[in-house]
Amino acid sequence: MAVTKSEVIPIRTEHDIVVARQAVRRLSVEAAFGLVDQTKMVTAASELARNTFIYGGGGTLQCESLLEGARRGLRLTFTDQGPGIADLSLAMKDGWTSGSGMGLGLSGAKRLVNEFEIESVHGQGTRVTITRWK
Amino acid sequence: MDRIPILRMGDFLLVTIQVDMHDQLAMTLQDDLTSQIEKTGAKGVLIDISALEMVDSFIGRMIANISGMSRILDASTVVVGMQPAVAITLVELGLSLAGVQTALNVDRGMQRLRADVAGKEADDGRHQE
Amino acid sequence: MASGVSRVVEVLKKYEKELLTDWLAELKAGGTGNDGRVSETELHTQAKEFLGTLGEASRSAGVGDIERPEWSPVRDFLDGVSRARVTQGYSSDQTATFIFSLKRPLFKRLSKEIGSDAKVLAEETWTASELIDKLGLHTIKSFQKTREDVINRQQEEMLELSTPVVKLWDGVLALPMIGTLDSARTQIVMESLLQRIVDTGSEIAIIDITGVPTVDTLVAQHLLKTVTAIRLMGADCIISGVRPQIAQTIVHLGVDLQGVITKANLADALALALKRSGYTVTRNKA
Repeated sequence: MAVTKSEVIPIRTEHDIVVARQAVRRLSVEAAFGLVDQTKMVTAASELARNTFIYGGGGTLQCESLLEGARRGLRLTFTDQGPGIADLSLAMKDGWTSGSGMGLGLSGAKRLVNEFEIESVHGQGTRVTITRWK
Repeated sequence: MDRIPILRMGDFLLVTIQVDMHDQLAMTLQDDLTSQIEKTGAKGVLIDISALEMVDSFIGRMIANISGMSRILDASTVVVGMQPAVAITLVELGLSLAGVQTALNVDRGMQRLRADVAGKEADDGRHQE
Repeated sequence: MASGVSRVVEVLKKYEKELLTDWLAELKAGGTGNDGRVSETELHTQAKEFLGTLGEASRSAGVGDIERPEWSPVRDFLDGVSRARVTQGYSSDQTATFIFSLKRPLFKRLSKEIGSDAKVLAEETWTASELIDKLGLHTIKSFQKTREDVINRQQEEMLELSTPVVKLWDGVLALPMIGTLDSARTQIVMESLLQRIVDTGSEIAIIDITGVPTVDTLVAQHLLKTVTAIRLMGADCIISGVRPQIAQTIVHLGVDLQGVITKANLADALALALKRSGYTVTRNKA
């Protein structure tokens, strides 16, 4: 698997969520995703960027364009140095929220992509990696 | 600060969302709409989202909120023009927006609002007899 | 190849004609060209052209690395041969034999040329063997790639063929589903139906599952998602052709189809759709 392109977007303000969405849209188009796949990836990115901003106190989004054989994909990594998630399995549940959201951020984003990984250390931060293949 | 314009057309309020909204903009729209319903005594709200390329749980929640709040303020809400890719994604995300009225386009949405208003007036009339 | 140019290069140049004759004999003995799929003259042309490009590439870039740009005519030629073999219905080993059968003639010439120096002969035989192996692997790789391309294309075509969205009436669309539903197919079906709803402004869509043999949890959930997505867009959906066994399975699986309108057959669904659109159907008395 080769990374053909990589860029990092800071997520510091609410407006950066919009910037992240637009970058993911552009890269999804470049990876020749269909319209539905583009929309799923952008929506997942929006949910996770908001989590990074609100719960993680800001962080970064790393976008990587992937090539594996003839298959193209897009991998997004959201990293923050926030408080971390105390109970991961609870946080992945539909409808559970520690804030004021609908509790669909993590579980919903997971359903929209092919691969989903989450690492969180209490008190040190959270990293979520999602990948979608064409 | 930027705002999404709200148009008044007779008894109805019209909103066309054409920009990629950041969260604060969505919250402002929710506040503006509810205060406009109260101020104008509008009987219906039509939200055209045909230009939206993405609806995430935040915007979905805003749409559900507007619908619920306007109902309490005695106005119906219709959301029109959701794109297929957006609808598929929203369902996969786990949001079905139950209780929110939808229509294919602005024309059908207006028909729906007029029918709602007519139905309500008929109901009100019956109760008074 | 510390001693500069490999003797293989020299042999390829010096004995091009003899190699061709021997190689063709090998190929014939191996069965290629006997069954009428590739004519003898065609095989002759192919073999001759290949030896020509092989000689040229080896002279300009050596035989150590066939990925070098000078070797691209050879690789392109092999790609072409593999593609042709795929359409002619050859198997991958038959296709690879085309290259591997060059080994024996080449070794024979090498040993004649080098003679009794066993060390040099072993070295050069190894070089030649490696070269032929690389070329053979390249041929198999491109054979497989061509096959995969064909399969992918057919799969896409089948997916498109299997999703005809038909207009039943003004404002009424129908999607007759046939065969087993998997998630890839259901997604495409869903997308094309939703797009047609937007394009035609139809307010009612009928999904007919008469031709679907079984419904499992996943399929039932896909149907449910489609219905929900259609509602989000502002249209209504009716599911028709639900057979008794399928109704039983759905209930047993515990899938909640509440809020979904279901009809036993397409005719009933159409009647309902027409009624909702404000039409009445009456029979003219004879």
